[in-house]
Amino acid sequence: MSVATRSARETVEIRLSDGRSRERNPASILFLIALWFSLFFGVIVLVSLIVDTAISGAGRFDANLFTNYESKLDKSTTGFRAGILGSIWLMAFTALLAIPLGIAAAIYLEEFADRRSRFNRLVEINLQNLAAVPSIIYGMLAVAVMGLLGYQFKGIVLGGAIALALLILPVIVITTREAIRAVPQEIRQGSLALGATVWQTTWRNTLPSAVPGIATGTILGLSRAIGEAAPLLMLGMAMVRWDPSSIESKVTALPMQIYHLSSMPQEEYQVAASAAIIVLLVMILGMNALAIFIRNKFQKSW
Amino acid sequence: MNKTPSTITITPDHDPYTPHGTENSVSQLATPVRDQPGELPLVPPDPVMDARDLNVFYGDFHAVHDVNLKFGRNDITALIGPSGCGKSTVLRCLNRMNDLVTGARVEGAVNYHGQNIYAKGVDPIAVRTHIGMVFQKPNPFPKSIYENIAYGPKVTGMKVDNMDDLVEEALRGAALWDEVKDKLKQSAYGLSGGQQQRLCIARTIATRPDVILMDEPCSALDPIATSRIEDLMLDLKQDYTIIIVTHNMQQAARVSDRTAFFTARPDETTGNRTGLLVEFGLTSTIFSNPRDKRTEDYISGRFG
Repeated sequence: MSVATRSARETVEIRLSDGRSRERNPASILFLIALWFSLFFGVIVLVSLIVDTAISGAGRFDANLFTNYESKLDKSTTGFRAGILGSIWLMAFTALLAIPLGIAAAIYLEEFADRRSRFNRLVEINLQNLAAVPSIIYGMLAVAVMGLLGYQFKGIVLGGAIALALLILPVIVITTREAIRAVPQEIRQGSLALGATVWQTTWRNTLPSAVPGIATGTILGLSRAIGEAAPLLMLGMAMVRWDPSSIESKVTALPMQIYHLSSMPQEEYQVAASAAIIVLLVMILGMNALAIFIRNKFQKSW
Repeated sequence: MNKTPSTITITPDHDPYTPHGTENSVSQLATPVRDQPGELPLVPPDPVMDARDLNVFYGDFHAVHDVNLKFGRNDITALIGPSGCGKSTVLRCLNRMNDLVTGARVEGAVNYHGQNIYAKGVDPIAVRTHIGMVFQKPNPFPKSIYENIAYGPKVTGMKVDNMDDLVEEALRGAALWDEVKDKLKQSAYGLSGGQQQRLCIARTIATRPDVILMDEPCSALDPIATSRIEDLMLDLKQDYTIIIVTHNMQQAARVSDRTAFFTARPDETTGNRTGLLVEFGLTSTIFSNPRDKRTEDYISGRFG
């Protein structure tokens, strides 16, 4: 080893390990603390809310909570059967309305629409905006639609499903478009080069490949819908003490029932509402977990 | 042996189909037994396809200028040239895949058995069932090997008596059968790159096309996989007419009967490069005795 090389190495060693690191100067540390504080502030508020709710509802995690209707006579056994079943019914019909519409709209926009046309660009911009519209607006829209359909009382399964479907439609369209766009162009070209039509290519190749992404987006959309009370409030959903039996039966939803009971002065109702909030949270977390599971299990690497 | 063989040396007695000594052994594997090049007529007498005054535009951009080409039956025609010379664009015009590019416009005519495929009333879907295409990157469908082959016949509504037989025939035709016969139900994504590309070729011949277009089919493959595809092309030309775009001049020399050399000419005002055909002829002539200085520069490695 020559003298020149050795001295160069020594210089580098001195320069690289002088014991000071710019990662550890006071400004960096201060900034890091600020970031940690921001993170903890959000998380702590959320965690303390959940824990507080769970503690106050702790006395009511019993079978009555799920099997009983709301009771004025025996307030300590009041249950959320109507709300839970109502929410399930609403979700089913919301999915029935929103999924085919949303997927069809997304397929049109991604695979068939001429992206340069002014009309399609307008549709795209509006879709982005619709996803940010407050949910109560969709309630008003559903009231209008139900009025056009000729329903006097609008707080029925159909009304709620229309409101919630309108609410999550933009979410489903946007996530489905992303899932379709993630399918490589080469796959489409390979199919078209074999003499397949665009429709065959979409139906047999693009859509099956996009199903995991579409399922994930749809479930996330539905888990947003299940927590909504505002649009249902607009429809005038009332307290019910029976199970829904058709799309025209009066219905309530879990968030509606929680809202209703937590505004009552009686202690028993407050406790029941807290317990129901935890039930609702578990339902939403369960749906989100399912979405993540589907995404991880079926996602493709191209 | 020649000491400087990295490009094909132009000497009168040099046979361009036999690579020089230091060429890798793969190219020797792929060296076909050929007819005497001299027996081929200069221009294909009975072209399956021909392009007349073909011009392609992407929006305002003039991509290809006045291309005239004839593709002979059971010939392998190679389209070569530097990047951006429009050879892939020309290839994609031959089965109307350019229709899928927004803003693409084609002028002139591409005749298939005398019928202009750009004439009014011609269905591009029908064109593509006669003129298949294999792409640069292997693009099998995310389905089983069997489904990949059966896809084309299914979507085109081909009458198939026994799909199993057709799948076997196509896989044998693409020299893939022995490697995959025990895993037909497995995903095509489990195959190697070279196998995937042969699957794509099998998928194309399953629809019984007349012409197969290949857009740099070996550019994503290793030399061994490349040589297998080249062998396959020479087998396939017994039944099909093949048109191949390649960046690999040795490949063009090894497999093709006729070669078209393209180059790009920059526009004086905009600087956009427009592709044009420089020379078209027998591969032996193009590589040993090109008429145009630009062809000679390119194939001898002085340009591009």
